[in-house]
Amino acid sequence: MAAPAPILSLKAVAKSFGTFKAVDDINLDIAEGEFFTIVGPSGSGKTTLLRMIAGMEQPSGGDILLRGERINDVPANKRPTCMVFQSLALFPHRTVGENIEFSLKIKGISKEARKVRALELMDLLRLPQSCYAKSVMKCSGGERQRVALARALAYDLQILFIDEPLSAIDSKLRKTLEKELKDIHRETKKTFVYITHSLEEAMVMSDRIGVMQAGKLVQVGTPEVIYSAPNNRFVSEFIGDVNVIGVDVAAGGLLHATSLDTSLKPPAVPQGFSSGHLVIRPEFLRFVTEPSEVDNAVTGRLYNEYALGSRIQYQVRVGEAVFVVEKLRQQAFNGVRGDKVTIGWDAADSILVTD
Amino acid sequence: MRRPAFLSQGSRAALPITLFLLAGFVAPLIAVIWFSFMPPRTFSLAAAPSLENYATIFDSTSYISFLWSLALAAATVVLLVLVCYPVAYGLVRKFGKWAMLLTLLFTIPLFVSENIRLYGWVLFLIKNGVLLGSLKTYFGLELESILFTRTAILLGMVYVYLPFMLFPLTLGISMVPNETRDAAFDLGASRWQVFREVELPLSMPGIVIGFLLTFVLAVGAITEAKVLGGQRIIPVAHDIEIAFTYAQNWPLGAALSVLLMLVVGALVLAALWRFDLDRFLGRK
Repeated sequence: MAAPAPILSLKAVAKSFGTFKAVDDINLDIAEGEFFTIVGPSGSGKTTLLRMIAGMEQPSGGDILLRGERINDVPANKRPTCMVFQSLALFPHRTVGENIEFSLKIKGISKEARKVRALELMDLLRLPQSCYAKSVMKCSGGERQRVALARALAYDLQILFIDEPLSAIDSKLRKTLEKELKDIHRETKKTFVYITHSLEEAMVMSDRIGVMQAGKLVQVGTPEVIYSAPNNRFVSEFIGDVNVIGVDVAAGGLLHATSLDTSLKPPAVPQGFSSGHLVIRPEFLRFVTEPSEVDNAVTGRLYNEYALGSRIQYQVRVGEAVFVVEKLRQQAFNGVRGDKVTIGWDAADSILVTD
Repeated sequence: MRRPAFLSQGSRAALPITLFLLAGFVAPLIAVIWFSFMPPRTFSLAAAPSLENYATIFDSTSYISFLWSLALAAATVVLLVLVCYPVAYGLVRKFGKWAMLLTLLFTIPLFVSENIRLYGWVLFLIKNGVLLGSLKTYFGLELESILFTRTAILLGMVYVYLPFMLFPLTLGISMVPNETRDAAFDLGASRWQVFREVELPLSMPGIVIGFLLTFVLAVGAITEAKVLGGQRIIPVAHDIEIAFTYAQNWPLGAALSVLLMLVVGALVLAALWRFDLDRFLGRK
């Protein structure tokens, strides 16, 4: 079965400001109906990339293709795409209804037809109809998010771009909105391209994730792949606290960890790998009584303990290195600060990455 | 037990400036209003009040000066909006590093007295002056001078009050967030529609403030008509000046002043009511 033609293709897209390469040689295909998320820290070029795809910024190199047609020179107001801005950029002098209907008014659609469509969208986004005549400035944070989404969806679009609209909201509401956004994606069947600096947020919603680092797309894959098979140290560290140990390949199929001055059993070593990092996620580390219970074990002192809601995080100091271990609250480790403890992991639970 | 203070701490702290404003600002205003009810050509505030001065004004042709002042001010303000909006837009959005220099160039003339600047215009516009003299010498063109015409008065007023319109407008335009303009553009609006639907309404507070500021200043304009207009028009401020000086009729001058304040005050209040600033900013 041939893969469906991508709705959006980026071919060597680049953007420089002076000598600074904000976006550097991006190649990417996004499939019709996909929820694609671009993740990266601030300054990684993700917003610049999105602004280029949306037509608000001219690429300094490469091509942007929409259904195979080059759209580099098509201005934003002529592209069948729409963006939800980080600031939402609602029209403060207008009501909720007028905001949602903006693009319809521009098209010259009659007042009655506009209102019908606006109320439909408000239903889809779970905005009460009583909001219709309310000034957007009187809306709560969550309502504004929904108005911004509804306004974008009212535009007859093929791709919806969303630039980190959830970053300023408290975490409870954010979690609700993340799930709602996923539902809206499913109901509208449109292609969504989402930007965030939070890999966790990306994991909840996305079909595929692209990780950006310093203007480059370093890895593209499903959330599962990004989580379990990161390409490099940057991607592996992006998800949160991880244990990263600098290692060299040593004799006998073992790894030598310089900082711990010990040998470790590796997972499958990729071809040509000579030195890099061994990554172990904190939930894969265990407290053990006998080093023989696990493939690799190190001994240190319990150093700190943090309650993270459903989980507890422990920090264990081994020589100069600090290991992070996480346990579910029900499986809390019974230890006191300063105790001598042995922690370990199975080789299969670790990942080898290059820099 | 402490007695509750007569005034709150804030009011007590504001007392000196309150007294200062009462003595320096409110008292003269009351004196002018009171003077307008005194008998003509008197210099005392102690006589029995009457409406004689107002009757004189309504019987005279003073309304012509009033109309000229209001018409000139209105024309000035309209011209200023048309001239300043593009400049202000450029200063905020387009000129980049040159904006600072341009702002400075617009500000520097304010350090020179208005009279001197207007006499400069006289030298520039007068027959055989900078403009017409050069045209005659270098191009052999002989044109009528616009000096001492109504056009010259209007030109002078637009020139003098330009900064007072320009800076509120730059403020107004800079209050329109970039992303809001981008959003309108992204939703399919043309440049003109972005301007009409988003930029103009959102920069309206600046426009209204510039409008009121320049209008109030321009209604009181006097030197432009004297210097550039050659007294072709007598604005009401000139009438007031004459009443207080040559005519030695303070009560009449005071009555004219009060009427001018009432007219301008009514117009400003009407404008503020019509263009509620908070509504433009979406705070209501």
